[in-house]
This record gives sequence, C-alpha cells and structure tokens, in this order.
Amino acid sequence: MNWLTVTTCLTRTIYVGLIVALCNPSLCLATEIDQLTATIRSVGPKGEGHVAAQQAWKSLAVQPASELLNVLDGFKGANNLAANWLRGAVDSIAQAALNDSKTLPEKDLRAFIINHDNAPLARLTAYEWLMRVNPQIKEELLPHFLNDNSLELRRDAVASLLQKAELSAKGDDSNTTIADYRTALKYARDLDQIDEITKQITNLGGQVDLPRHFGFLLDWHVVAPFDNTNKKGLDLEYSPEKTASSSINSKASYEGKIPSLKWKGTTSGERFGIVDLNSIYTDKYKGAIAYAHTTFESSAAQKIQLRLGCVNANKIWLNGVLLTRNNVYHANMLIDQYIVNATLKKGTNNILLKIAQNEQEEEWAQRWQFQLRICDANGTAILANDR
Amino acid sequence: MANKFKLPLSILLVLTLSAEVPGEDWDGFRGPQGNPVSLSRLPLEWDVNKGNNIAWKSPIPGRGVSGPIIVGNRIFVTASGGVNQQRLYVLCYDVKSGAQLWRRDFWATGRTYSHPTSANAAPTPVSDGKHLYAFYSSNDLICLDLDGNLKWFRGLAHDYPKAGNDVGMAASPVVAGNVVIVQVENQGDSFACAVDKISGLEVWRKPRDPRANWSSPTTYIHSNGAPTVVLQSASGLMAFDADTGASIWDLGLSCGTVSSPLVVNNSLYVTSGGITKLNLATRSGKPEVIWAVNKLNANGASPVVLGDNFYTLSGAIAKGANSRTGEILWQLRLKGRFWATPILANSHLYFVNQDGLVQIVELEGNGDSQTADIVSAIDMGESVLGSPAVADNALYIRSDKHLWKVSNTTKVK
Repeated sequence: MNWLTVTTCLTRTIYVGLIVALCNPSLCLATEIDQLTATIRSVGPKGEGHVAAQQAWKSLAVQPASELLNVLDGFKGANNLAANWLRGAVDSIAQAALNDSKTLPEKDLRAFIINHDNAPLARLTAYEWLMRVNPQIKEELLPHFLNDNSLELRRDAVASLLQKAELSAKGDDSNTTIADYRTALKYARDLDQIDEITKQITNLGGQVDLPRHFGFLLDWHVVAPFDNTNKKGLDLEYSPEKTASSSINSKASYEGKIPSLKWKGTTSGERFGIVDLNSIYTDKYKGAIAYAHTTFESSAAQKIQLRLGCVNANKIWLNGVLLTRNNVYHANMLIDQYIVNATLKKGTNNILLKIAQNEQEEEWAQRWQFQLRICDANGTAILANDR
Repeated sequence: MANKFKLPLSILLVLTLSAEVPGEDWDGFRGPQGNPVSLSRLPLEWDVNKGNNIAWKSPIPGRGVSGPIIVGNRIFVTASGGVNQQRLYVLCYDVKSGAQLWRRDFWATGRTYSHPTSANAAPTPVSDGKHLYAFYSSNDLICLDLDGNLKWFRGLAHDYPKAGNDVGMAASPVVAGNVVIVQVENQGDSFACAVDKISGLEVWRKPRDPRANWSSPTTYIHSNGAPTVVLQSASGLMAFDADTGASIWDLGLSCGTVSSPLVVNNSLYVTSGGITKLNLATRSGKPEVIWAVNKLNANGASPVVLGDNFYTLSGAIAKGANSRTGEILWQLRLKGRFWATPILANSHLYFVNQDGLVQIVELEGNGDSQTADIVSAIDMGESVLGSPAVADNALYIRSDKHLWKVSNTTKVK
C-alpha cells in the first residue's frame, strides 16, 4: 500500500466518522467521554498523568446526566486513584442534575447496577445515587448483591438477610432461624456481621467454625528465640529461613538466644486463629525472633491473598519467596492487617513467617502473636485440600 | 495608682489582640496561624437538649475526630465511614442554616485502621481561601474547590506503600507559600512532603525518623520573607522553606509527638519535656531558647498564647503562665481526658474533653495578675475529640455524629 492509498483510506475514514458523528451526536459525545475517562484512567503514582487528568476532569464533570452511564463505564480498568477522580466527576454530574431537574436516569442506573460485568466501584456509585432519588427500589436490588465483588453492596444484602433472620427468630422454629443465619453467614465478609451472626447462631444452640469461614491456618511449627536485640534481627538471615522453600526438618537444632532450639508443633484454638507465642515460650522473651512454618495443600495453581494480623514486625515467605516485610512494632493488631497477593502452586506449599518482638517494656508492648489466613480478593476463604 | 494604668493596659490589650488575632475565617487546625484565639463573644451557657444557644445541629455521616474549618459562609468537615473506615467524606455546610450544601465521597487508597477512639478522618482539613485540602490517616490528600469540584486526588500510599500507623495518623496539613505540606511520620515509610497547591504534584519530600508522630506542622514567615514550615518530632525540631524544601534551621531538640508547635509574634513554643519557648528573630536566624519549663507540659492538646499569657493543658490540669517568663500563674483541675486543643475567646478558655463536656474557664486580668475560674460545664452528649472552631461570635463543635453551631440565641429547636 503506497502513501496515496494510505491517505485516501484515512481521508475516507475521517469522512465516514464525521458523517456518523453528525448523524448521531450522542455517539460523538460518547467517544469524547471515552477519551476523557481514558485520560483519567492514566493517573498513577507520584502525580503521573495529573495535568492531563485535571483538564479531562473539567470537561467530564459538566456533562449532562444523560452521559452518567458513559462516565460510569469509564471505571472499568481504573486503578483506585483514577476511580476516585471518576467518582468526583460522577458526583458533580449527578448533583448538578438533581439540583436542576430533581431526576436521574433511573432505569439506566438500575440496569447498570445489576450488571456484574461493570466495575464494582462504578456499580456502587450508581447505587448510591439511585438511592437518593428512589430509595424504594433498594429491596428489589439487594438480592443481586449477595455474592457481590463490591463488599459494600454485599454488606447491604447481608444486612437484609440478617433482618429476615431476626424476624424468623420471633417464631418457634429455631432450625429455620439458624438456617437463615447460616445463609447470611455464607455471604458475609465483614467481621462485625460475621460476629453478630455467630453470636445469634450460638445463642440458638448452633455452632460456627469461624477459622474455617475465614480460612485461618491453625496448625503450625514454631521455633524461637533468635536474637532481635536493638531490632536488628528482622533482616538477619537465621537458619530456618535458609530453607524457607521446603518443609521443615523436625529434628533440626539451631543456635539462637539460647542453645539447641527445636521446632515445636502447635495448634491455635483461638476463634480467629491467633497463635500466641508468649503462651508457647513462657519465658516471655524480649528482643526475640520466632519462625512459624506451615504447609498448604492446593488442588490447583491459583491466585490467592495471604492476610496476616500481627502486632510485631514480620516477614512472610511462600515457597521460599519473600512476599512482604513489615518493620512495625506494637501499633495495633487486626485481622487482615497486612495483605499480599500470591500464587499457590498445585500440591504442597510451604509458608514461613518471621515474627519479631522488640524490647519495649510497656505493658501494652508485650504481645508476641500472629494470625494468618488464605482467601481470595473478596476475603472468601480458600481451604486446603486436606482440611 | 491602679486606675492610672487602666487605659494604657486596655489599649495594649487591643493592640496585642489585633496583632495576634486574625480575621474571622478559621481555615485550618487551631485556626489561622495555628493559635486558636478569637475576638468572638461566645455563649457561656447552652443546652443541647432544650436548644438554648444552639443555632443548629446537623448530622455527619460516618465518624471522625477532625475539627471543622470555616471559610466565608461555609463550614467544611471531613468524615470516614464503612467497616474499615475506607469511605472518605468531604462535607460542606451553610454557616447560617447548617444545611449540607454538598457532600463528596471517595475511597481510601492507604491503610485505614485506627484505634477505636480515632478514625481515618483524624487530620483537620485546611483551606487557602479558594481550595479545600482534605487529608486522612490513610494518607489520601484531596483538593476540591469550595463548591466541591475535584482539583486533584493524591494517594500518597501509592507512592510510599509502607506509610501508615494502624493506631491511626492524625497530623493535619498546612498551607504555606504555593504548597500544601503533610507530615507522615510512622514506623514504615516516614516522610514529610510538600505538594503544589494547584497541580497536586510533589515539590519536595524529606525522609523523617521512622517513629510514630501525631504532631502537626506549623508555619511562619521567616525574617528573609520565606514562608516557613516547622516540623517537630522526637528526633528534633526543624524548619524548611515551604516552597523549596531548603533547610532553614535544625535544632537537635527532642520534641513531643502528640501536641503541635505554635508560633506567635516571632516566638516558637514546643513541647520538649515541658514547654520550651524559642526566639525566632535572632541574628543568626537559628532559634534560641528563651525559657523552658518542665511543669508546663502539653499532652494531647496544643498550647495557646495571647499577649503576656500562655495556656496549656497537662493531662486534665489547665495551666496559665506568663508567656515572657514561663512562670506558672494558675492551675485548675478539669474533668476528663482531652484531645481537643482549647480555644480562647473574649477572656474565656473553652476546653472540650473526649466525653463531650465543655468546660469554660473565665480569665480575670492579664499578665502576672491573671486568675482563672471554671464558670460553666456543658455536656454535648456525644464524644468530641476534634478541636472546635470559632467565627463571627459562634462556636462550632464537631462531635461524633453532629456538627453544632453554638451562638448567643435563646431560640429553642
């Protein structure tokens, strides 16, 4: 194809585009909005793409309400920085529309919300605006959110199931009530809701296996204490981490702060899978490192999240690969405090933790403990084959 | 003899007030220039149940311990909600009616955990009069115009992923020169940085000691004319040219990590054991200690200065001192635990404890002859951790669930 042919083709394409756009202005506008949202999706760390995004945002935020869906479409593929820019634009458009006409395109918003192919944050945004103009539609929408990738939408759906179970509890059939609560539990991912459901089921005489629901790993081998005087031990490679990619040698003996350290088996009986190292090592070592090892049998290679709660400095290895290092001591301990993405291999996976205690003497700085679970990005437990 | 000095003292007080008390906007943490002093005449009594002297109260979504700020006829408040405090709210209310004028929602991009008494919305926002800069414990920094239009959104945790403190961060941002400055000090990625007010792009960044620090920066104009920011931490006290990040001075003075520094009339007050007063107007340009008094400590709340008088809160003990000498003049034991910095208006100090009990201390006289007495205690009925704001003879209190306007009106709502 020579340059003349290329020029001719290009000219024809432009003419066709112009004709289409002139005949269909909404298509032209949609294309423009696609470009604007694409520009905003380019924002990245350290202000990357900011200058262009600021210009694009100005144009986007003054679009008519009829273009809300196109802007919401722009969430697809957005990182969480860009999603915030887009949320700001949607809020400005929707607020202006409400101020002007008191209406939003309700039918389109409803269809957008129940389509799970759309970005979760965009669906959530659409839902929140729809609730402002038509809160009555909430009950109809909630069943669509039970297994939602938007945990905020899912939460509303679970809350609705909890209300249903509370009503059921007023009757005489405790089995029905327990079944209603168990349905809610199946979909619940938020700790406060899970806690409430567990309390109600327990009060009715039922049981909830919380570690299983969350996917906490309970069986560990631990070895301690290695030296962490002046917090220098976190980055020293002690013997157990030299074999982080493999199973432990239960007969191995290490030189630590005291001689002849050996692995000890332990199983957490705590409801959220906490392993308390001070209850295993009752001398309550300070300035000390513990290693904890476990295995996970996976039915297939799969993407997962490892979620650690730990009040001490820590490291996590999966099959010998260091996934995270958190050099933080005694600044709270929470479920899912440190989240890392990882991939399990099919078969046996070796997980090694390094839990570092410092030398603070305050009463609030004595805990030496951790909890670890494996789940998907929504917090749904992924269980080992042999569990 | 005493009467002979009455007039000159009154004139002196007016001159002092005009030099130290700014206009009516309350544009950031502790008000303009970080010294929470106002010319307003505020009520000494009100009743949240009967509505006496309550001009209005408006609900706030989610939670928050940040203070309100006032620009013109608008009040701005931040809040955070959701199970893990991941939802960020920026809210704008009308000063006159308390009506919510707009609300903007965002999602946190950094760590959102905090102690139950705190919240992601802990830092007080700041304004340059045209823009609002909202900052959160998750290290999300948002710039909006005063009508709620987004100018830029920075998730600083994207740049520095280990930045965060799961007890909660709380340092409020400041505006100086052409930049917004945030102090993000913690055991992970610890730094202070300045971002351009208009573009949101980073202008400078300083690594900071990796230790938890909740102290907010403060600003002043250096004798060379440079807008200057002061950062205090346990490892030192430093000043930087706000626009360039160039070091102006660096003192190896270990400072407190909760209360914040205060600059008034070329004097800098910092917690360092007790309170240390430094002279900023020295020939060398490096501050020099004027006095240091261990018994004048400040814990959660930051100090206040007006004329020859200095005020601080050591635990639950309110203390008044001579600001020229540091000599303690009076002490009063208050009730409760405090996080909010008190405000001073019309010879009354307003202390709000974390249970929402407002204790009003009346100040009699000035300088060394000053005495103080508790004249009122009013229960807001809700927890209050954020520092109140004052403008146009009204006190604005942000409680756990509401924004309150307290002003002299007997209207019952």
